[in-house]
Amino acid sequence: MLTKELSEDQLLAEFDLKIASDIKIEPRDWMPEEYRNQLIRQISQHAHSEIIGMQPEGNWLNRAPSLRSKKILMAKIQDEAGHGLYLYSAAETLGISREQMIAALHAGKAKYASVFNYPSLNWADMGAIGWLVDGAAITNQVSLQRTSYGPYARAMVRICKEESFHQRQGYEIMWRMMQGTEDQKRMAQDALNRWWYPALMMFGPHDADSAHSSKSMKWKIKRESNDHLRAKFVNKSIPQAELLGLKVPDVKLIDEASGIYEHTAINWEEFWTVVNGNGPCNKQRIEHHIKAHEDGEWVRKTAIAADLKHHTN
Amino acid sequence: MNKEDNQGQLWEVFLQTKPGMAFKHVGSVHAFDKELAVQNARDLYTRRGEGTGLWVVSSEEIVAVTINEAEYFFEPIDKKIYRHPTFYNLPEGVKNM
Repeated sequence: MLTKELSEDQLLAEFDLKIASDIKIEPRDWMPEEYRNQLIRQISQHAHSEIIGMQPEGNWLNRAPSLRSKKILMAKIQDEAGHGLYLYSAAETLGISREQMIAALHAGKAKYASVFNYPSLNWADMGAIGWLVDGAAITNQVSLQRTSYGPYARAMVRICKEESFHQRQGYEIMWRMMQGTEDQKRMAQDALNRWWYPALMMFGPHDADSAHSSKSMKWKIKRESNDHLRAKFVNKSIPQAELLGLKVPDVKLIDEASGIYEHTAINWEEFWTVVNGNGPCNKQRIEHHIKAHEDGEWVRKTAIAADLKHHTN
Repeated sequence: MNKEDNQGQLWEVFLQTKPGMAFKHVGSVHAFDKELAVQNARDLYTRRGEGTGLWVVSSEEIVAVTINEAEYFFEPIDKKIYRHPTFYNLPEGVKNM
């Protein structure tokens, strides 16, 4: 078949033109190595976040207050596993294997969302996580549906369709607690207070301090900046909290006419402490993942052996 | 199988969302054989009853036109505009056509 031979400069020009005209980049297309590496970093981090994110919720599975809430939580956790798998598949199209990604996670080279390094202390946390943590994730993921890499964008479309149940189930938990006893109301407010800042930190550092942001925006991997998405989330969440009778900590009204709020300063020292491995649960999360991976070793070995036998017969 | 991967080979998943509709590519799964591939695909892509039919195809079996070939491969059709119904001039007033 006829193919055209292009120089690196011509390939780059074609790539830039595609990005400029909002044409998705596909796995077999030529792409700059830095674009490929940036995507691998971001998508694998996103996949790991989905998988590690199952742990704080798994913590409450066998203590869910009713069969209904247990079934819902189980379905949500199963979705998170599914989302992790969509994303691993998207990353694999860039030439990294799933095994390599898992090894990087275990070695501490690949990160995951720092929010999952906070403990889930009581049932109200299941509400706050669904409402706020999934809510923040949705804000980010809706924007990523327009990311420039085709497989990542398509995974985001699937994920966004499924996520809205996650946020609604969390909000419902908070609502039910707010109709309960004084203690339950206090627990709901306490969970909001504890998860608010970790949720805000999910959007990453301020635009001016974000190491990967400018390239990501130029290549349309990211479509909206960290601060812009964070502000969107803040202003969506405040009326939702008010409706429940909850108070979002430390926000101030900056534009009375249009009702625009701003969050107060985020403790970035805490953010970097957690990102760099020293949050309340970092050690526990990774150790649990390594244990689960090692416990499953015999399944992979058996399957490989059976597969080899099948092919040699 | 990729030597650096111990998660089974890759399969492409196609879903039919309603009887009579075309099967559409939805993504991929890892599995060690075709039985496990359909089961994994069911768990991953039909958790909300999205499918009435499901195919899995080993990714290695997919034959694709690469981006460099695409222009030469598809371009000749662009000149055959008479294959489209809008190409034809018809007398005013013709009905049911």
